[in-house]
Amino acid sequence: MSASLRDVAVGTELPPLALEQISRTTLALFAGGSGDHNPIHIDIDNARSAGYDDVFAQGMLSMAYLGRLVTNWVPQERIRGYGVRFTAITPLYAQPTCTGTVVSLDTVDGEQRATVELLVTLADGTVTLRGDAVVALD
Amino acid sequence: MIDKKHIGMDLGTMTLDVERGRLRFFAKSIGQTDPVYTDLDAARAAGHPDLPVPPTFFFSLELETRDGFGYLETMGVDLRRLLHGEQRFTYHRVAHAGERLTLHTTIADITAKKGGAMELITRATTVTDENGELVAESRGLMVVRNPEVAA
Repeated sequence: MSASLRDVAVGTELPPLALEQISRTTLALFAGGSGDHNPIHIDIDNARSAGYDDVFAQGMLSMAYLGRLVTNWVPQERIRGYGVRFTAITPLYAQPTCTGTVVSLDTVDGEQRATVELLVTLADGTVTLRGDAVVALD
Repeated sequence: MIDKKHIGMDLGTMTLDVERGRLRFFAKSIGQTDPVYTDLDAARAAGHPDLPVPPTFFFSLELETRDGFGYLETMGVDLRRLLHGEQRFTYHRVAHAGERLTLHTTIADITAKKGGAMELITRATTVTDENGELVAESRGLMVVRNPEVAA
């Protein structure tokens, strides 16, 4: 189930993670669960006063989804670094899918590591997050 | 424009206890189905002493710190103009429920783009354990949109 040197190569794709549609409940739960109480994600009045049509998802929700993609692939203790760039807002009712592809294999500090390029893409093709994770291979 | 005097601003040091219940709520809120993050037996079977702190939860711990979003008020930033631009974590080891972690956050940089139509604030946080050992580092880029500034 987890990645070993034997079966990981440049181009290896992680099993994708398809998420359920983002609902208002999703956003309310994540506001509480994450401690990000910024009302722009849970209060339509606040979102409208900032010029948005409606609330939109917390960026860190998508980053957490992408984190799930990685920890589904390797045990968390193998993750050395993980970063993302938020490239588009995730609107309400969006359906994100997380994908990852191994782009390089290196030896760092005597440890074999894979760099995985990560994406969150919505059903309409919008890329909302671009990221990378560096994981140790056994 | 945000005053650059805020570069280097110390957002303070906060010591927090990582609680199992809090981790379970976080797991639920991200639809986590891997029992390692919610079930103590599953976590132990996977070699963890307790529920592991998931990769992005350090950002939530940052929000627990005394200041939260308060530093933005100090800088005169309207929270409604804020977007998260980038976020990066470096991990030194996995942290677990039951640990007491200390977070220290500073404002590492403030820059403007497009003639001030976008301002970028970089936050840098270190997470250390009770022995003073580094557990993780977090770096966040916050984007402030100033639409009234012509690019």
